[in-house]
Amino acid sequence: MTDTLKLIALGLIALFAAIAANHARDLAYMVNALVVMLTAGGLFLYTLRMTGEERPVRDVSGEYMDDVVRYGVIATAFWGVVGFLVGVVIAFQLAFPALNFDWAQGMANFGRLRPLHTSAVIFAFGGNALICTSFYVVQRTSATRLWGGNLAWFVFWGYNLFIVLAALSYVLGGSQSKEYAEPEWYIDLWLTVVWVAYLAVFLGTIIMRKERHIYVANWFFLSFIVTVAMLHVVNNLSVPVSLFGSKSVQVFAGVQDAMTQWWYGHNAVGFFLTAGFLGMMYYFIPKRAERPVYSYKLSIIHFWALIFLYIWAGPHHLHYTALPDWASTLGMVFSVVLWMPSWGGMINGLMTLSGAWDKLRTDPVIRMMVIAVGFYGMSTFEGPMMSIRAVNSLSHYTDWTIGHVHSGALGWNGMITFGALYFLVPKLWNRAEVYSLKLVNWHFWLATIGIVLYAASMWVTGIMEGLMWREVDANGFLVNSFADTVAAKFPMYVVRGLGGVMYLTGAIIMCVNLWLTVRRQPEEASANGLVPAE
Amino acid sequence: MNTYSLLREFADSWMLLAMFTFFGACVLWVLRPGSRRTYRDTAAIPFRNETKPAAGADAGKEV
Repeated sequence: MTDTLKLIALGLIALFAAIAANHARDLAYMVNALVVMLTAGGLFLYTLRMTGEERPVRDVSGEYMDDVVRYGVIATAFWGVVGFLVGVVIAFQLAFPALNFDWAQGMANFGRLRPLHTSAVIFAFGGNALICTSFYVVQRTSATRLWGGNLAWFVFWGYNLFIVLAALSYVLGGSQSKEYAEPEWYIDLWLTVVWVAYLAVFLGTIIMRKERHIYVANWFFLSFIVTVAMLHVVNNLSVPVSLFGSKSVQVFAGVQDAMTQWWYGHNAVGFFLTAGFLGMMYYFIPKRAERPVYSYKLSIIHFWALIFLYIWAGPHHLHYTALPDWASTLGMVFSVVLWMPSWGGMINGLMTLSGAWDKLRTDPVIRMMVIAVGFYGMSTFEGPMMSIRAVNSLSHYTDWTIGHVHSGALGWNGMITFGALYFLVPKLWNRAEVYSLKLVNWHFWLATIGIVLYAASMWVTGIMEGLMWREVDANGFLVNSFADTVAAKFPMYVVRGLGGVMYLTGAIIMCVNLWLTVRRQPEEASANGLVPAE
Repeated sequence: MNTYSLLREFADSWMLLAMFTFFGACVLWVLRPGSRRTYRDTAAIPFRNETKPAAGADAGKEV
């Protein structure tokens, strides 16, 4: 019966996608429609093939649902490498404009690849990391299997379909020109469906929990899921021009649109890249250090303070614009106050190691997690400072901002995710430890030095161009043209690109190491008992 | 009074008070006497039930 309904639904989707591809007003929409058609068609055939087959029913309530987490780990590693690679490419495109090849104009030039890079690292790498770690953590800390059965699979595949659609659309020119919210209306709608399913799985598992209390990591994950749903829906309110085209018109206009966009943009940082990853920190650091979090009381205060403050910080992206002064002052004040909970959380993460500091010397995985928390502390100091209006007048529109974002993204999000992957892969595939701690060490140093090169060169070039832009001669005329600053930035751009190459190399080493962990390490006597690696 | 002014006045008076009170209450609640024992148990959650779900209805007490 369900198979029949599924077949009807999939058939209709494939049919409509085929019609949409035929009537498509633009290339991005047409290619996306074809992808949807092929996906739905493939699933139709698969379902048809499985209809009426005997399917063995097995009681799985005594096991955790780890297959979807395994897939998530693989997807995280894969998208990580893709995202870093595109990042390296566009870094060198900025240094050497000739790399914007003529034959690939309109597809692979900086303007098209830049959103591909940001979305690949934030949403593909970070998003898959968040989905798979949250599924892993919520099961263990609720002592129950994921709620909703195959709904978790729908979340995983649906989210990755979203990524593929968005990536193809960017390269082919579909974009609503909102930073970090580039996907057009139909991709946004699909993501909304997937996200509601994600919320249902996560919340359902928490409701069915067998522990009395909800562990703090789950509070952070839940706030991330709920807030991102709200941000995504409000910021993407738009009216499509045609059902068969990707173009849409925003509902908000002018300064309201700008404010909504940066309310979204900054909270994407606050709840996607901070709250969600703090959920990872509050589980994986205690696990790897083998001691409970330093202060559970502090972790609760950290949570509520972060939630209450972050949501107001967005206007600091709009200093010296048409936004009213009171609004940008509000954003600035809340950003500065936000420094406190951020550092409270950092201290909580670091002090979890108190009494186990020797592990820093022996265990490169925990070193990776600790330096992630260190970078978290550093970028949450830098951020409030840059949000102050006077500092912002120098830093805004310069590469300092880019450096700040990357010390947070590469240092905090990247490193904590790598640490989590090194922790998860042996657990999920039932191995004692990763294949080679020596390779982890190599990864650690390549990534760290890569970030240092990146951040340092961006500080230099950012402050330099900020100063060059404001330099006036005795008569009050500007001294430098924009092209002068571009020429002066060349050496720093090359250094930045090299930093990116090192970071990418580290990630590739990680993939090899994780692959060998699964292939070469002997399997442990299965603790989960029943689940062979599928 | 137009909608903007009305909302604006509400936001920076009662709403602000309500949110601040909620936050203050959260902090006071966390610091309540006797919370230490509860939180010690909660903080130990990651160290149990790692390989398979808890069997009973309430595993909170099991270590």
